[in-house]
Amino acid sequence: MPSHERIPTSIHSEAFLARLMREQFRLSIFCAGAFVIALFGLPLCNYFFPEVMARRVGGFTISWLILGVLFFPYVWIIAYVFIKKSIALENAEARAVLESVPSEKTTTEPSVVPEK
Amino acid sequence: MNVDPHILLFSLITVVATVIMGFWSAKKSRGAEDFFVAGRSVSVGWNASAISGEYLSAASFMGVAGMVMSSGYDALWYPVCYACGYLFLLLFIAGPLRRFGAYTIPDFAEGRFDSPMFRKIAVVFVLCIGFFYTMPQMKGAGTTLSYIFQGVDLRGVLPDLFLTHDALGVAQKGLPYWAGVVLVGAVITLNVALGGMKGITLVQAVQYWAKMFAISVPVFVLLSVYGGYGKQLEANDGRTGFSPVGIAAEAGAFPDAHSTIRKALPEKAPKDETWLQPFGPLTTKAAKAAQLSPEQARPYSLLYTYSLIIALVCGTAGLPHILVRFYTNPDGVAAKRTTMWVMILIGVFYVFPPVFGVLGRNLLPELYASTGSKGTDKIVLELPHLLNARYAILGSVLSGITCAGAFAAFMSTFSGLLVSMTGALAHDVYGRMLRPKSTPEQRMKAFKYCSIIVGIVSVGLGMQVEQLQINFMVGQAFAIAAASYFPLLFMSAWWRGMTMKGAATGMLSGGLLALLGISLTSFSDLKWIDLTAFWSAHPLLRILCEQPAIWTVPLSIFLMYTVSKLTSKDVPKDIRMKMLVLHAPEQLGLKQEYIQEHRGH
Repeated sequence: MPSHERIPTSIHSEAFLARLMREQFRLSIFCAGAFVIALFGLPLCNYFFPEVMARRVGGFTISWLILGVLFFPYVWIIAYVFIKKSIALENAEARAVLESVPSEKTTTEPSVVPEK
Repeated sequence: MNVDPHILLFSLITVVATVIMGFWSAKKSRGAEDFFVAGRSVSVGWNASAISGEYLSAASFMGVAGMVMSSGYDALWYPVCYACGYLFLLLFIAGPLRRFGAYTIPDFAEGRFDSPMFRKIAVVFVLCIGFFYTMPQMKGAGTTLSYIFQGVDLRGVLPDLFLTHDALGVAQKGLPYWAGVVLVGAVITLNVALGGMKGITLVQAVQYWAKMFAISVPVFVLLSVYGGYGKQLEANDGRTGFSPVGIAAEAGAFPDAHSTIRKALPEKAPKDETWLQPFGPLTTKAAKAAQLSPEQARPYSLLYTYSLIIALVCGTAGLPHILVRFYTNPDGVAAKRTTMWVMILIGVFYVFPPVFGVLGRNLLPELYASTGSKGTDKIVLELPHLLNARYAILGSVLSGITCAGAFAAFMSTFSGLLVSMTGALAHDVYGRMLRPKSTPEQRMKAFKYCSIIVGIVSVGLGMQVEQLQINFMVGQAFAIAAASYFPLLFMSAWWRGMTMKGAATGMLSGGLLALLGISLTSFSDLKWIDLTAFWSAHPLLRILCEQPAIWTVPLSIFLMYTVSKLTSKDVPKDIRMKMLVLHAPEQLGLKQEYIQEHRGH
């Protein structure tokens, strides 16, 4: 972890924070969307297509197979994608900040502690 | 012999091992910091196992199977949302909270809004949710012990008042429910008072694997003997459901591996059609009570299902005793990896309990006829015992293993809850409000006394709830968390315009209204107040009270937004810095160790 002396003042700008949050939130919302569609879609399928969902596959009804077994791996995939992307995103953000600023523009004080 | 020796042996081993591990690690944990967050040095593997071990409670181990057996398909939402709710935690809350560096939700509440006042409000829900969550654990304990000691005859030993009575008021054989609750409650309380959280991390990691073993091995054996998961489901095809008597003669010869003949279903069991398909007994109960036709009832069941999903998914993200664990990760990346592993560990686990429910319906339908600690909630414990009919003691051994798993389940979750509730009392109420100048030694002592107080209250509550389903009660705790802490954490992490007044108004209104609705339905189910006529006249109100998340979560968020807008001058002055700490990558070194800064306050 780099020392506080190398942290550029630019990260305390409004623009930096807004971009940071926007990018992270976009990623979270995207993954949440994939999850919520399945979560809220399944009851709707059950509601509107009961005959289809009651069909048997190897003894299971389709609705039972989806909810009792297949749902778990689906969510693991979403979680995996999210973790990969969010760690990559954080690394990119950190690199961008640390590389972009010439050394004389950095603060010499650990200005990171909020004033009390 | 009155008590099956195998069952007793396995259960005893679990209890003794838990206690010994607690004492052993108590010697290793020293300072107050150790007690509260285990020194923040737990590895991803250990921490993921420990979180899973703590999370898989009596509801997961016993309750899910019991509810799938009694209610069928709709009950599957519980295990799915218990496991997948972690995704919400991962997406929106785990990272920011870890970076902020406060280690309890009250810590976060105070730090985010610079308001010691808000800490006091936030602590209320740690206790509220905690006690709601301990009740089902206590029911699990009572149910398991009265199953193990069902052969013990206490008539004549105990006064009649303390015994279990049947419907006709005749005293029954077996250890009464309340005694199990008291016994288990006492053991765990003592363990926590002496061990603290460091002990709990180790114990709970081990207990996850014990539970996984205990739920999966009996399932594999049962399925190989009685036929596969799909085959067992296939038996529910409506052929036998409507003529419970007709099949009884055939079923006398035990169903073998290649037939779909099953035991006769008692009168009280739901029919195949409603059991197997969505919108069954669980979600249509209120509409049925109002004598609506099945067609009219369907929209109500859809509403119920959605409300349940919201409660469980958002509730997972707001459980105080789970969140505290994220601070035992060394950094935010480790916190995310941990969550991934937790999702895999608990997801794999949750495939198994519904299998017990399905098998139970086919092989042990007698349980439908009983209630309380003798009902479907004990299916996981009793089902493997059937194997004794074929393979000598195999059934007893496997039943012993599931009993041991049940012990691991309610003991680990109860310990975790006890630690987080005691932490709230000792750390927040005593250490910050009552005696801010107290020494570390005094705080350690306070931790011990508080754990005993919390333990006694939990046992008292647990004794009242024998008639409620384990899984249902846990769902209620989730609904309160969903309406109080989830909006608080979500909004505070992602919206900078939030003020303390907004957060407090939303959290209190949402949480307390959810609590009120849930209490009303539980009190009427326990027959403490009579609302039967009212509920059947207003099925919609019944659903909105029983599963309040669908309106309390949006209400809470709406109030947070509106009140914050009205009081926008109160937004903390250093809000940009706070948001930066919440969201900036940790490589930038912005992480403030909130605790260090505030130590000694």
